[in-house]
Amino acid sequence: MHRFANPTRFMKVADRLFPFVSAGFLALLAWGLYGALLASPEDYQQGSTVRIMYIHVPSAYLAVMIYGVLAACSASVLIWKHPLADLIARASAPVGLVFTVLCLATGSLWGKPMWGTWWDWDARMTSVLILFFLYLGYIALLNAFDDPARGSKPAAILALVGVVNLPVIKFSVDWWNTLHQPASLLRFDGPAMPASMLQPLLVMMAAFTFFYLMVLVIRLRAEFAAARIRTLRITGASE
Amino acid sequence: MAAFFSLIRRDLQLALRQSADLAMVLAFFVIAASLFPLAVGPDKVVLGRIAAGVVWVLALLSVMMSLDRLFHNDYQDGALELIVLGPQPLILVVLGKVLAYWLSTGLPLLILAPVIAMMLNLEEAAYLPLMTGLLLGTPVLALIGAVGAALSLGARRAGLLMALLVLPLYMPVLIFGVTAIEAATTGFNWQPHMLYLGAILAAALPLAPWAAASAIRQALD
Repeated sequence: MHRFANPTRFMKVADRLFPFVSAGFLALLAWGLYGALLASPEDYQQGSTVRIMYIHVPSAYLAVMIYGVLAACSASVLIWKHPLADLIARASAPVGLVFTVLCLATGSLWGKPMWGTWWDWDARMTSVLILFFLYLGYIALLNAFDDPARGSKPAAILALVGVVNLPVIKFSVDWWNTLHQPASLLRFDGPAMPASMLQPLLVMMAAFTFFYLMVLVIRLRAEFAAARIRTLRITGASE
Repeated sequence: MAAFFSLIRRDLQLALRQSADLAMVLAFFVIAASLFPLAVGPDKVVLGRIAAGVVWVLALLSVMMSLDRLFHNDYQDGALELIVLGPQPLILVVLGKVLAYWLSTGLPLLILAPVIAMMLNLEEAAYLPLMTGLLLGTPVLALIGAVGAALSLGARRAGLLMALLVLPLYMPVLIFGVTAIEAATTGFNWQPHMLYLGAILAAALPLAPWAAASAIRQALD
């Protein structure tokens, strides 16, 4: 792990992986969309609206997963002052924010035809909304200081404080009686879903993960360039 | 331990000498509460329905608005730096400051809360859960607020930033506080919700000063 603490060395590897990640994303997305929109069956109750699931569930998974990445990176920023972890956390936060919004938006679009309401203040939705606010707070705190490097540690502490929300999101459907359906993927007795729907869903989740990796590399390049420009400015170099 | 108590005494003395700050927070609490009957109309049934929620939200906002008193003044005049350099563990220092802050802000709010609840025509059965909830909940608000206040030390527009950091973390306290009242007025047992609040307090008591202390330490680097 510390071998890649040097961002230059890490970016060399990341740049080499980038074409594979992008190609993998496009291939998986094409396969997943075909499976989700054409090949998978309609739900016997929900009809075609069930296809919202193929966007909604991967977004929710990424929203939570990226927060996990953020928290892990924040911990290693605070413990080891790992410079790369700081960059990854910085680059991941807006991506996580967007997926949280996507999750809330598709959930609300799915909720209207199925539950008859755009929004219900049940435990799952409220805890995801809190996740959205945590992302907002994290990004705001990161950029709240005149010296851009100064925000990374306060933001890291905030990210770790916010971790209490992750188990609440996961188990909210079990702890409270909610409108949102209980877990159907991660269960002790295996996924409660026919294989014809499960397969495109898993492909879509993989596609979304590859998308995250792809955007992460692009954003890391940008963060990296920004950091370099800052040091150049400080050292007083001109073109 | 002597340092702990003298820190509390110092903060309380400072709070009393700048009592205008405290008065303004309490005035905000009352004035904001009196806006609600004007906004939703003086219908007693409607007011009684929302009274508990209004008291809780306003208590939460009042605590949040006065959070900058916790560390910010000491940060600006350099006292915080001296306190950190002292031999006392920083976690205890934060705990002492939070305790003094709660005594000077939370407690007056607690005393004022039933008056406001009465103005808003809260049901009689709801007073006990409201007060128990506030008694357990306001220290949590102060503790979580200390983390927010410490994180935003030295930031631009610290007040607004603090609201963004702290309010999402306040939500669980609000939820349990209000559902207890809901339970009491509909004839259910409200004590379990208090146990949740107590559990949150028990978790926040060691963890929040820890997080706040590390935030202060890096703010002074």
